[in-house]
Amino acid sequence: MGPFIARRLVRMVLVLFAVSILVFLIFNVLPGGGTDAAARRIAGKNATPQLIANVRKDFGFDESLPQQYLTMMKQIFSGSLVSYQSQLNVMDQIKQGIPATFSLCIGAAIIWMAFGVLFGYLSAVHAGRLTDRGLTILALAGISLPVFWLASILIVYLSQKIPIFPNGDFVPFQDDPWQWLVHLILPWTTLAVLFVGFYSRVLRSNMLDVMDEDYVRAARAKGLGEHQVRTRHVLRNALIPIVTLFGLDFAAVIGGGAIITELIFNLNGVGQYAAQSIGNQDLPPIMAVTLFGAFFVVLFNTLVDVAYAYLDPRIRLGTSAELA
Amino acid sequence: MSARPESGAPAGSATISDGNLLNVADLSVRFATEDGLLKAVDGVSFDVGSSEILAIVGESGSGKSVTAQTIMGLTRSPNAQIEGSIRFRDKELTGLRDAELQDVRGKEIAMVFQDPMTSLNPVYRVGRQIVEAIRSHSEVPAEEAREKAIEMLAAVGIPAPESRVDNFPHEFSGGMRQRAMIAMGLALEPSLLIADEPSTALDVTIQAQIIRLIQRLNQERGLAVILITHDLGVVAEIADRVLVMYAGKAVEQGTLDEIFYDPQHPYTWGLLGSLTRLDRPRPRRLPQIKGLPPSLLAPPTGCSFRPRCPHAFGRCTEPPSLEARLSEAPQHMDRCWKSPDEKRELRNVEGRIGLRSEA
Repeated sequence: MGPFIARRLVRMVLVLFAVSILVFLIFNVLPGGGTDAAARRIAGKNATPQLIANVRKDFGFDESLPQQYLTMMKQIFSGSLVSYQSQLNVMDQIKQGIPATFSLCIGAAIIWMAFGVLFGYLSAVHAGRLTDRGLTILALAGISLPVFWLASILIVYLSQKIPIFPNGDFVPFQDDPWQWLVHLILPWTTLAVLFVGFYSRVLRSNMLDVMDEDYVRAARAKGLGEHQVRTRHVLRNALIPIVTLFGLDFAAVIGGGAIITELIFNLNGVGQYAAQSIGNQDLPPIMAVTLFGAFFVVLFNTLVDVAYAYLDPRIRLGTSAELA
Repeated sequence: MSARPESGAPAGSATISDGNLLNVADLSVRFATEDGLLKAVDGVSFDVGSSEILAIVGESGSGKSVTAQTIMGLTRSPNAQIEGSIRFRDKELTGLRDAELQDVRGKEIAMVFQDPMTSLNPVYRVGRQIVEAIRSHSEVPAEEAREKAIEMLAAVGIPAPESRVDNFPHEFSGGMRQRAMIAMGLALEPSLLIADEPSTALDVTIQAQIIRLIQRLNQERGLAVILITHDLGVVAEIADRVLVMYAGKAVEQGTLDEIFYDPQHPYTWGLLGSLTRLDRPRPRRLPQIKGLPPSLLAPPTGCSFRPRCPHAFGRCTEPPSLEARLSEAPQHMDRCWKSPDEKRELRNVEGRIGLRSEA
């Protein structure tokens, strides 16, 4: 298991390196127009010649491309990157947004895993019967509802018409855990519904496939109870592909997939920061948030690989690890 | 083929039902499918005495696996209709609730399946899967169950069982996995083992080892075995009695010697005729039974073997009953209208038993 994890970590660093080069090229080189144009884009709308000159200096635009890359990475990783429009430090802004984004994403992820697995399990166990059909309709509805529509409906009915929940804003957990929870229930629901529907469908079909496996019949033949057969043999094996999905989806949600939810509920998270920066054509924050998102996608991919090796012992073999 | 090991119960003694372990009477299994009602098993009856080996032979789709799985209650499903009686000791298995059946499965009747590569759960260690079987039936501490698992792995001939017990299934070869399956089946000392083509998916040398193992367990532990196979060579080596199935029906049943030396049904002749024999000059091509088994959705009227039988005559449109047609062997039953004298002549193909390609 040790060498396996080491290999994955090395690969993770290489992928991140490649992503950072791509980000550099996309923002500073590919749009064309030379370094003057790049400096003007980074400086933002209505920039003064003085500001553009500052950008040229900060980003080392008079030097070679590799040197420019290094300067940009140094800015991002040392935390000295600033937005030239707002004069605010980008890293500070991201750090401020992280508690809201993580609270939203982690909470929603727990909800969507719990309900996705529960509904998928019930659907598979009662396949073809009323429970299954009802859950299928629910799942398809959940997958089809657009996030902005669902969020608006929740706010209208559960916050305005019947004022049970607040209609937005984020309260840090350490300030008031109860208010933190109450404020997040609608955003969590909004973000989780799509995934609950999707995961329950995937798990249902995985479980139905696994139920036909010889080892499930063998488990019955050795006299295990139906519940044991379903949980230890069917569910356990059917969950393996769900773990992959979960790793990717969770990373995507943290790295920008929750932007709409954050905006509608005004959570002031990283996603909302990115959305505002896009609206203002403010490039430095977008660069940093792009790398931030990429980092989580790559990190969770690595975690998924390690979890996979734990869940499915066949993966731990050196050869299949190379093939994977 | 005549060289049957003298060990084991002598043929013939088993036909006297002295405290039969298992009585299957008039068992029928039908499945409702989209294309209609599929008659997988149609009125099959047989007994298994304690420490006896019964072989069920037939082509794929003849209903032998469904018969075996029905004994264990593994074919129970909303679209299955199961009729008839399965008595194990003094219990009627068809009448048991699922929870009661769980006490029989594994503990009193164990089953080993055809494909050992897929019959072990890939995510659990082999030992754990044996322990799970043990602990699902008795309140045994985990450590003791593990000791028992090691002991069982040793008993089925797994080398270094103390370390092998912690291997995952993919670290076992096919033969070892089948041994592990047998170890798992026998961990609770059942009195009946149902082996559904236990050696079919293995290569030839390993096949022989697995069959030897089953034979040894039968002799040493008095384990009764239902061996499902299409390999008549294996049957000749270890079975006491034989049930030949075709299209869901028993077409012939009797002791090993009766079936091999005086087979009464043309289908049995065909099976025997298609064996490779090393003691005869090799013909250019192995004889085969022409055609395919009939559809179980719409079986032919009359004798179900009629469409493939070169000896079919007028009466075969009438379904033949399963009865003893030889006065000297009252337990030897078959489903063929021909008289025993005619059969003795017809089954002789170039000096040996076989099914002619043309009548």
